[in-house]
Amino acid sequence: MVEVTPRIRTENLSAVYGKFTAVRNVSLGFTSNQVHALIGPSGCGKSTFLRTLNRMHELSEGGWISGKVLLDGEDIYAPQVSAMKLRRRVGMVFQRPTPFPTMSIFDNVAAGLRVNGHRSAGNIREIVERSLRQSALWDEVKDRLRDSAMALSGGQQQRLCIARTIAPAPEVVLLDEPTASLDPQGTQRVEELLFELKKDFTIVIVTHNMQQAARVSDSTSFFYLGRMVETGPTRQMFTTPQQEQTEAYITGRFG
Amino acid sequence: MNFDRRKLRRIRSNFMVGLMIGCVVLAILPLLLILGSLIVRGAGSLSVAFFTRPPVPAGETGGGVVHAIVGTLMIVGAASLIGIPLGIGAGIFCAEYPHHRVSWISRFVADVMNGTPSIVVGVFAWTWIVARQKHFSGLAGSAALAMLMVPMVMRTTEEMIKLVPNSLREAALALGYPRWRTSLSVIVRTSLPGIVTGSLLAVARVAGETAPLLFTALGSQYLSFNVNQPMAALPLAVFTYATGPYEEWHRNAWATALVLIMVVLVLSVVARLATRRRFELNG
Amino acid sequence: MTAPESPAAVEAPDLAPARSSAHGAEPSRPVPVADRPSPGDHVFKWALTGAALAIPTLLLFLLYELSTGSRLAIDKFGLRFLVDSVWDPVADKFGAYPLIFGTLLSSFLALLIAVPLSLGVAIYLTEFAPRALRQPVAFVIELLAAIPSVVYGLWGVFVLMPVLKKVVFPLLRGALGFLPFFSGPIYGPSMLAASIILAIMVMPFIMAVSREVLLAVPGNQREASLALGATRWEAVWTTILPYARSGIMGAVVLGLGRALGETMAVTMLIGNRHEIAASLFAPGYTMAAVIANEFSEAATDMHFSALTYVALALFVVTVLVNAGARLLIWRVARGSGVGSKAL
Repeated sequence: MVEVTPRIRTENLSAVYGKFTAVRNVSLGFTSNQVHALIGPSGCGKSTFLRTLNRMHELSEGGWISGKVLLDGEDIYAPQVSAMKLRRRVGMVFQRPTPFPTMSIFDNVAAGLRVNGHRSAGNIREIVERSLRQSALWDEVKDRLRDSAMALSGGQQQRLCIARTIAPAPEVVLLDEPTASLDPQGTQRVEELLFELKKDFTIVIVTHNMQQAARVSDSTSFFYLGRMVETGPTRQMFTTPQQEQTEAYITGRFG
Repeated sequence: MNFDRRKLRRIRSNFMVGLMIGCVVLAILPLLLILGSLIVRGAGSLSVAFFTRPPVPAGETGGGVVHAIVGTLMIVGAASLIGIPLGIGAGIFCAEYPHHRVSWISRFVADVMNGTPSIVVGVFAWTWIVARQKHFSGLAGSAALAMLMVPMVMRTTEEMIKLVPNSLREAALALGYPRWRTSLSVIVRTSLPGIVTGSLLAVARVAGETAPLLFTALGSQYLSFNVNQPMAALPLAVFTYATGPYEEWHRNAWATALVLIMVVLVLSVVARLATRRRFELNG
Repeated sequence: MTAPESPAAVEAPDLAPARSSAHGAEPSRPVPVADRPSPGDHVFKWALTGAALAIPTLLLFLLYELSTGSRLAIDKFGLRFLVDSVWDPVADKFGAYPLIFGTLLSSFLALLIAVPLSLGVAIYLTEFAPRALRQPVAFVIELLAAIPSVVYGLWGVFVLMPVLKKVVFPLLRGALGFLPFFSGPIYGPSMLAASIILAIMVMPFIMAVSREVLLAVPGNQREASLALGATRWEAVWTTILPYARSGIMGAVVLGLGRALGETMAVTMLIGNRHEIAASLFAPGYTMAAVIANEFSEAATDMHFSALTYVALALFVVTVLVNAGARLLIWRVARGSGVGSKAL
């Protein structure tokens, strides 16, 4: 087993919504250039956990945390850290595709760049094309970059959101059930993407679909009732899980 | 026996439906009659001269209402310049910080203002501006109209912004958008068609208001571009002509009213069409 | 079952011993996270707060101006103002009772006519009308609401009133002349004429709000009723209407609030006389109409003050009535914004 420093990791992280504790005392790390899957039944806290990694959790009513989240060794919740700037280093793709409806395809992808201060038009064009290629969308939209983003299909819109997220070159990309609202074709496209994307990014994906986790991820963590029950290389998790609960979930006995 | 009762119930049901259809007819009737009268009695007087000439002395023929058209444009224009930005700003605030104390207060007050008779607002503008300046002015009229517009625009803006799904806001924030830019470039931009509609409808509403102008702008028989003096306006002209003693004036009243209605209705219809189309685009 | 602390594939580098990541480490209590707002956020928030505060400020200012403006009259007449009937600007004597009476009577009559009609239309539109008709008719109602008051007045004076004077009123007097309401000379401008035009003007609002209230009623009740064999009318009468009752009351009261403040059409049709008469064919006056009529020609400070006093009274009454309406509507629609469009 190679010892690698995780790109982003948590230490005794707990997350609450007011009085309700959604995530309990989780310490988990994610290495670069790998796809890490978080699985577990509904309500187990995996999405909440994900949202603490880019400080989206605090946007919810009563969204508090305790513990630490360290990106390259720095505590992202330190008082002098700007959450906004952090989110430019940790990007997120959501369950339902959310392209900006008033912007064109091009402008959608460029949105993260413009907000980051990129001004040179040539530079932006380059990055947009590269991101769209990386998201396997370029060929389908290269002739209509100025069209409204809403003209795309659901699967295309989600790949657009992925392009938008990776354009500003974040260090970590979080995906919260990204294929949940897509048809099987769209799902397959996105999954294929992940293999390519992990060459450049650290990827953490929440999925309720175990087969998907088995297909795309290098390591898998199983969450249950707010705790991280077990984590390990995907193959090992699915063939020889150590914990009883993990095995019960994987074999479909609940959830 | 059961059969009869069921039949009776069915008859009663049909009777009630028939009654209701009668209500619909009765309700639509005034609209048709009013529009009909306006066209029949007013269209005849419409001419290029009517739109471009100021009024002539009482008793003479010819002349037009350009003074009132200009007056309405200036008074309503000035009111919109103040009222729309204030209203939109307040609406954005209430939508973005919905639980803030200021939002609760603003919303409550806006609802109170929306229900206030426009003549009371006119009295307020009179005591605020006219009494102090010791003269009537188009500006005072604009102030009264602006005060009517702000709560209207505020409420429609807030409602339009609330329609934008929260997921859009999250997507922008997750990209690293600062809060203010999320609000403006994403949320407000998405709801812009609806906001524009609300503003246009407010403009249409105040363009037809007479009461608040009665003793602020006062009205005038002369073409003037000076907002610091009494100024004519279309609704005021209709009122003056309608309540005047001359036949000619009565004819003018109908024509002016037709012009006023056209302005108001066109504004209203255009405003709504704008939103309808956009909603289809947004899917 | 406790979770193993160190993930199998990853080894966390050693940390400072003060923070033990071994089993049993007590998580500290969660605390609110405060993000640093960017400078743009500050400007943004303060600019908008200013805009939002403009409205309450204006309202306070309005109350202040109305109060100080009516101070003269309040000092001289006090609350007797509301029950005295003499209105004599020359003698500086003012009593607003006929105005208040006229306002209430005209509004009441207007509602008497408008409410059944409006409800009929609203119920028809939401429950019975074929799909294709709903949008166009709703659109027509919006158009009705957009017609300016002065245009209603114009039409009322030159089209409606002659018909009333020559045909309708004589008929009424002939048929119901034994009642004091329908006796007496017919001039044209009258309480009844004003009430009728008021009814026409108020109808679109009651219709629109009632419609929204009815649409807010959950559909399962009606369906359950129909499934039990009720006719369509019975389903509506027994399930929808009772549920929506307070909301519809609210719509009616909103209409009342509107009627109380209507100015132009009323002043053009009511005759503008400070009198209370039993006959509905007699002229009358309302609070809004007197302000419209006399304000620009008032000469004495006391006259202005009396009119401002009337404006203040009108303001207070409409605020109370509208607040009551909103409470009633809220009970059905739970503050979903129903009714705010109609305002």
